[in-house]
Amino acid sequence: MGSVGPAELICQLLVGFSRSMILFVVCAGLSFVLGVLRVPNIAHGSLYMIGAFATFSLTKMFAGSVGFWIALIVAPLLVALVSLIAERALFCHLYQREHLMLLLFTFALSLIIGDLVKIVWGAEYRSVSAPALLKGSVSILGASFPRYNLFLILVGPLVAIALWLFTNKTKIGKISRAAAVDREMVGVLGINVSWVFAAAFVIGCYLAGVGGALVAPTVSITLGMDHTLIIEAFLIVIIGGLGNMWGALVGSLIFGVTHSFGVLFWPQFAIVFPYMAVVIVLLLRPKGLLKSVW
Amino acid sequence: MFKNIVHSKWFGSVAAIFIVLLILPPLVPRFYIYILALIYVTSLLAMSLNMVVGYGGMFQFHHGVFYGVGAYAVALMLTKTSLPMWVGFIAGPIVAAIIGLIIGWFCVRLSRLYFAMLQISLGSLIWAIVFRWYSFTGGDDGIHGIRMPAFLSSLNSSYYFILIILVVCLIMMYLILKSPFGSTLQAIRDNPQRCEAVGINVRHYQLLGIVVATFFAGVAGGLFVVLERSVFADLLFWTLSLEIFIMCLLGGWFTFAGPILGAAITVALRTFVGKYTEYWTLILGIMLILVIFFLPEGVMGFFQGLFKPGMKEAAERGK
Repeated sequence: MGSVGPAELICQLLVGFSRSMILFVVCAGLSFVLGVLRVPNIAHGSLYMIGAFATFSLTKMFAGSVGFWIALIVAPLLVALVSLIAERALFCHLYQREHLMLLLFTFALSLIIGDLVKIVWGAEYRSVSAPALLKGSVSILGASFPRYNLFLILVGPLVAIALWLFTNKTKIGKISRAAAVDREMVGVLGINVSWVFAAAFVIGCYLAGVGGALVAPTVSITLGMDHTLIIEAFLIVIIGGLGNMWGALVGSLIFGVTHSFGVLFWPQFAIVFPYMAVVIVLLLRPKGLLKSVW
Repeated sequence: MFKNIVHSKWFGSVAAIFIVLLILPPLVPRFYIYILALIYVTSLLAMSLNMVVGYGGMFQFHHGVFYGVGAYAVALMLTKTSLPMWVGFIAGPIVAAIIGLIIGWFCVRLSRLYFAMLQISLGSLIWAIVFRWYSFTGGDDGIHGIRMPAFLSSLNSSYYFILIILVVCLIMMYLILKSPFGSTLQAIRDNPQRCEAVGINVRHYQLLGIVVATFFAGVAGGLFVVLERSVFADLLFWTLSLEIFIMCLLGGWFTFAGPILGAAITVALRTFVGKYTEYWTLILGIMLILVIFFLPEGVMGFFQGLFKPGMKEAAERGK
């Protein structure tokens, strides 16, 4: 442990923030799907994994640092395409069924995607290097801090603003919010609810892809990254309030920051800290910190 | 009570199957005995889950934790203490039931989806502790080569031990589900508001149901140790919990024996498909989608619906 100076503390806090931002991007998507379709999409983590692996392949395909930027745009679109196919081919036929079946369907999807990723990319560890612009580190109070993490801290709020504009200012965003509150009424108004669901599902999964692309340069990309992520994402969405985007932001910050301080003070049990925070939040507010859309 | 069992119309065929299973070990290759024993352990686990899910209507999404806790408790008692073996085997289910009581106490306060997600999170907390606590649980290596007492040294004797414990547990579960407590649990599943109105303490019964089910999951965990002589953190990972869920779905929710069938199909498929391909989860996923689309009542429910239309209606009401 040793002595922890203020510079390390601030750096660790920033590392926590940057990790929170990736979690936020993923959880905002999960929360959006949860709000509109009322299904906890277990396959969300798997789509995030596809995003990360696709980023790996795309950065390799285009030499130079332009590859990463192309991947950042193309990989999430690929993920959205996969989710669109799954939704239109199978998922949309289940909307009349019980919730449990929808939930189990997303689990089946995650099992299938997990193995398809193994078939396409293999079981090796992969890594992506950050683009030249974001390589290296900057000095904060004498401690060095990776530039890429700084980039993440900027991207998170941008995604939040974009999503807010989308749900509050565009027609389809407003319809999807309405469908979250009262889907029968939306149907009565002559809107094809099935397509609203499809759009919401694809947008949510697109965000999973963005998260996967963003995380690629910071971790080793491997099978199983979907399993750990989805549990964290579930927890964040619960403590934030189901379907509430700002709740996802608050939850991500709690999760990321407690984890990074856990790393600082008790590395062996670092992953336990966020879980403890979640338990405490749920004891105090069983329905989450912010208002759930349900 | 036991009279009910003996006079039940299933008694003859069940007793016949039991006798066949008893005389199998000398006749069948070792590998199949091992697979059968694994099916028994998994069946007990799936049955215990079905007590809360099928009969209790609760979204018990992280049942694997209690299985793993039971297994770890037995393994730790056998390796870290010099207490006699039976103490360990009693401790396993009790520790599992205590953890079930604690997690259940939080969960029953919440409604369905929150219940499920909170349980996944609390269960994952326990997984994280087991996964990281190297000095106590062995971390991600687990504990291997657990020494068993002499009478469990061979595979065949383990087989008999597991089979007998399974049968005892099945009888106990059957009696519990046929008892007034079991009926109350099903009544709560079908209409919690009405139960509340007639003065049933719904949360109290649900919590008791969880404790009973987690106790049996702990028994299954202990049997796993007998069979495998090792434990590892994956037992507590949430994907296993969902796999057990699939077994119940595959066999049939609202039937007593459904989960056994589901467990048998899943374990057998995994073993034999695993010989040809490493992509077992792909097969499992496709299987699950087929079940969701074509057999929502499970295999047992499907056959019961075929022969007895009344049962199917009952199952439908159950939703």
